[in-house]
Amino acid sequence: MTEDIRALSAQYAADPSSLVFLRLAEALRRRRQLDAALKIALQGLSRYPHLPEAHDLYARILTDKHDYANAFDEWDTVLRLSPDHLGAHKGIGFLYYRAGEPDHALYHLRLAAELDPGDAGLRAAVERVAGGEEIWEAPMPEAPPEREEEARAVTVAAGDPFAGLEGAEERLLLVDQDGFRLGGGLLSSDGVDVSEAAAAVLAGTAREATRAARMLELGEWGHLTVEAAGVGVCLLRPTPDTSLLCTMDAGLPAGQLSFFAERAAKAARAWLERVR
Amino acid sequence: MTTPYGAMLDSLTRLRGIRGVLVVSMEDGLVVAESLMAGMKGSPIAALSATLATRVAELTGSSGHGLPRFLHLQGGDGALLVAPAASDLLLVAVAGRDVPLGLLRLEMLRMAERLT
Repeated sequence: MTEDIRALSAQYAADPSSLVFLRLAEALRRRRQLDAALKIALQGLSRYPHLPEAHDLYARILTDKHDYANAFDEWDTVLRLSPDHLGAHKGIGFLYYRAGEPDHALYHLRLAAELDPGDAGLRAAVERVAGGEEIWEAPMPEAPPEREEEARAVTVAAGDPFAGLEGAEERLLLVDQDGFRLGGGLLSSDGVDVSEAAAAVLAGTAREATRAARMLELGEWGHLTVEAAGVGVCLLRPTPDTSLLCTMDAGLPAGQLSFFAERAAKAARAWLERVR
Repeated sequence: MTTPYGAMLDSLTRLRGIRGVLVVSMEDGLVVAESLMAGMKGSPIAALSATLATRVAELTGSSGHGLPRFLHLQGGDGALLVAPAASDLLLVAVAGRDVPLGLLRLEMLRMAERLT
């Protein structure tokens, strides 16, 4: 194994942009050299951010490091990129089982077993979680249990992220990556509540900003500011999976809008940390 | 630069830290005119700028604030600036890091008014 790692390291050093990082990091992981594995996996991910195998590998390393929350997010990313990814379904199934959510665990483990029917260990795991062999006679659910909706409901029930901030209900709007309103509110210049309409477009706008910044090599984007009729608008991402819109009268200095937006982003981050 | 916009774009690219300036058709994301540093490709800049400007217009429209007058996407290594103009055109600039954007913004807004 040591020689394998040496050989793989040499290959990786000769061509850092190759996919050999997957094998090298996996070899290091199996040797329990987790920090080294993590470093290689992250280097690979920075080059191949849309490669499901890279996220899957990273998730396995995070799991070995007992960082289950981030591992879950990584496998969730894998399933967004590749919905039938065997490793991600197994991984998420394991994490759900570990978290005491057998229904969700079972859904993902059964999907994994369908993808790899020859894996006897996986079949045994499904039967163990289900409590018997008769699980195979039950129809496979078409969709996972409504965890995401539940999580959103919990988040929204946790109060407003901008409570106490000026303009919390009319000039600040926080949405998740699917455009679901998490907090705040937005009024048009004539006082109409436009929160839902803006929320629907906000996440997509943030995704376009991310794409433009990446492809034009602008680095990670910090803010998108917009001047419109009578209003200044600032769009930020308090976290990678949320978007925040702040508006302010156009007559005020641009610096004041930035300050206001940064303050709101900080409040949103603190609130998200609390509710998550 | 042989287009009618040549002199206008060249005056912007002379500003410090500007990597490129383009006139873009917002509807189809195509380059109408460009003045770019060597190695930069106009087509992706045009397409991305037009898509972003369209999205932002939807956003400001849906929130009752009308059409955008100026967009500024700030990244860690540079910035993208877009000034919508008449006739469905966009004036687009890509700037490097630590570029003072105040003068550039003013120049772009002034030129966008003249774009037809």
